[in-house]
Amino acid sequence: MWERTKGFILPSFAFVILLAVWQVTKIATGWSVAVFPSPLEAAAGMWELIKEGTLLKHSVASLFRVTLGFYLAVIFGLPLGILLGWWKTGQAITNSLIQFLRPISPLAWIPLAVLWFGIGDKPAVFLIFLSSFFPLVVATITAVNGIRSIYFQVAANFNFSAFETATKIIIPAILPPIMPALRISVGIAWLVVVAAEMIAVKSGLGFLILDSRNALRMDYVMDAMIAIGVIGICLDRVISQLSRIKSVSWGSV
Amino acid sequence: MGLGVAVGHILVENLHKWFVERRSASRIADENPGPAKGDRVFVLNDINLEIPDGELVCILGPSGCGKTTFVRIVAGFDTPTAGKVLTDGKPVNGPSSDNIFVFQHSGLLPWMTVRENVMLGLRRMKDRKLMAEKVQEYIDIVDLVGFEDHYPHQLSGGMQRRAELARALVVNPEILFMDEPFAGLDFLTRIKMREEVINMHEFIQKTIIFITHDIDEAMIMADRVVVFSDRPAVIKMDVKIPARHPRDFSCDPELEGLRRQVYTELGVHYAL
Ligand SMILES: Nc1ncnc2c1ncn2[C@@H]1O[C@H](COP(=O)(O)OP(=O)(O)OP(=O)(O)O)[C@@H](O)[C@H]1O
Ligand SMILES: [Mg+2]
Repeated sequence: MWERTKGFILPSFAFVILLAVWQVTKIATGWSVAVFPSPLEAAAGMWELIKEGTLLKHSVASLFRVTLGFYLAVIFGLPLGILLGWWKTGQAITNSLIQFLRPISPLAWIPLAVLWFGIGDKPAVFLIFLSSFFPLVVATITAVNGIRSIYFQVAANFNFSAFETATKIIIPAILPPIMPALRISVGIAWLVVVAAEMIAVKSGLGFLILDSRNALRMDYVMDAMIAIGVIGICLDRVISQLSRIKSVSWGSV
Repeated sequence: MGLGVAVGHILVENLHKWFVERRSASRIADENPGPAKGDRVFVLNDINLEIPDGELVCILGPSGCGKTTFVRIVAGFDTPTAGKVLTDGKPVNGPSSDNIFVFQHSGLLPWMTVRENVMLGLRRMKDRKLMAEKVQEYIDIVDLVGFEDHYPHQLSGGMQRRAELARALVVNPEILFMDEPFAGLDFLTRIKMREEVINMHEFIQKTIIFITHDIDEAMIMADRVVVFSDRPAVIKMDVKIPARHPRDFSCDPELEGLRRQVYTELGVHYAL
């Protein structure tokens, strides 16, 4: 019973309070709907967006970009991180370079991304890729460096090939420490996609916000923000479910 | 030797080992009794030892004297600073699956179940059915039936040790290195595992190097007991124990004499 209370009822208190503050502020300021929509006005706008299918369309567009960019980052970032974690010379060579590139915000790449990839999905996907790639590489290198040396000795003792060492030692060993990094990367990717969609594309939740602002529909702006928050929570849940998988959960005890 | 069949003969000549301290010294110079950066930690001082094929040798010595270091070098996990180590007449270069090492601190792979861990040494076997049978047989020997699909973190410390023993024994290695394999086992399991190792050794006659802190355990199990001195370690005592198994100190004055001698060498008066 307490578990249920803790898991659902308590968090919803915070949202009720948020709604109350929102409504009170609206009444106190008396601002018009064009400046500050009330919760009810926002809900009405939300209903319109859902009914017309606009919200779904834009959400799918954003999710598609995030998924693609994130997968690309995983596909390139994890193997590169494993390689550099394993091969110390390579790590020494690239370490400063990675540390140099990492703090450059993906948003700083926007002009170049548009120039290189033109208009459409490509620059957005590229920016998301960049935003997830460096944190994942760094987290993977750290995770590989942290593997207990005894596991490599066991591998040597049982004559593991390089392939076996990678698949039976390194990958399973780094999965638990890498899960938080995946979670953070998805979060960053979701932050970046909204910004990326404010340039260069005609779909996605970021575009919806920009477009609604131009139309002075602040209720739609708020609705898009709500959608971003809700989907963000869902993405986080999906990734944190991954760490429940048996082969990943060995590290949790 | 050298007939194409691996043989567990070990020859160690003039083995020296020191570590160079990488950690930098403590700022407070006077309060730093430990080694400073660049200092040498002299661990093994001219060890000479020949172990014929099939002998069960127990190594005793004070804590930190270099037993683990010695065995790691013989097993190929570390290199000597000077001297040479030959197994089966060939210089050791790196670990080999002919010689399995049971680590002092758990060497089970935590992301694999007990069964998968025990299978490691047999994973290249063609006959999968025979492999599964052998794995089961050894899981049975170490009394882990019913825990095949458990992960190491779901087992007690003693059960983990037993799983690691099964993983080593199932390979039937030419040389078995055991670094305090029974540490953390309860008294009864310990006796049972001793018996298991002795029986296995009588049966297959493979070389076993066994590190322990337990003098009586060494006296009960070993064909030969080697006692290391404090660091830097030299061999202080090297005796063969001809008595047959099962051994009983109280009925064997010769064995009892040896036992007292080992206690004295290690600086304790066992009469206390
Ligand atoms: N990698 C290393 N670098 C520096 N010093 C080391 C290293 N490994 C071991 N030593 C030192 O070598 C000495 C011997 O260590 P070793 O582990 O061989 O002892 P041991 O006889 O196995 O002790 P115990 O019975 O407590 O397991 C210790 O003083 C230790 O500090
Ligand atoms: Mg030791």
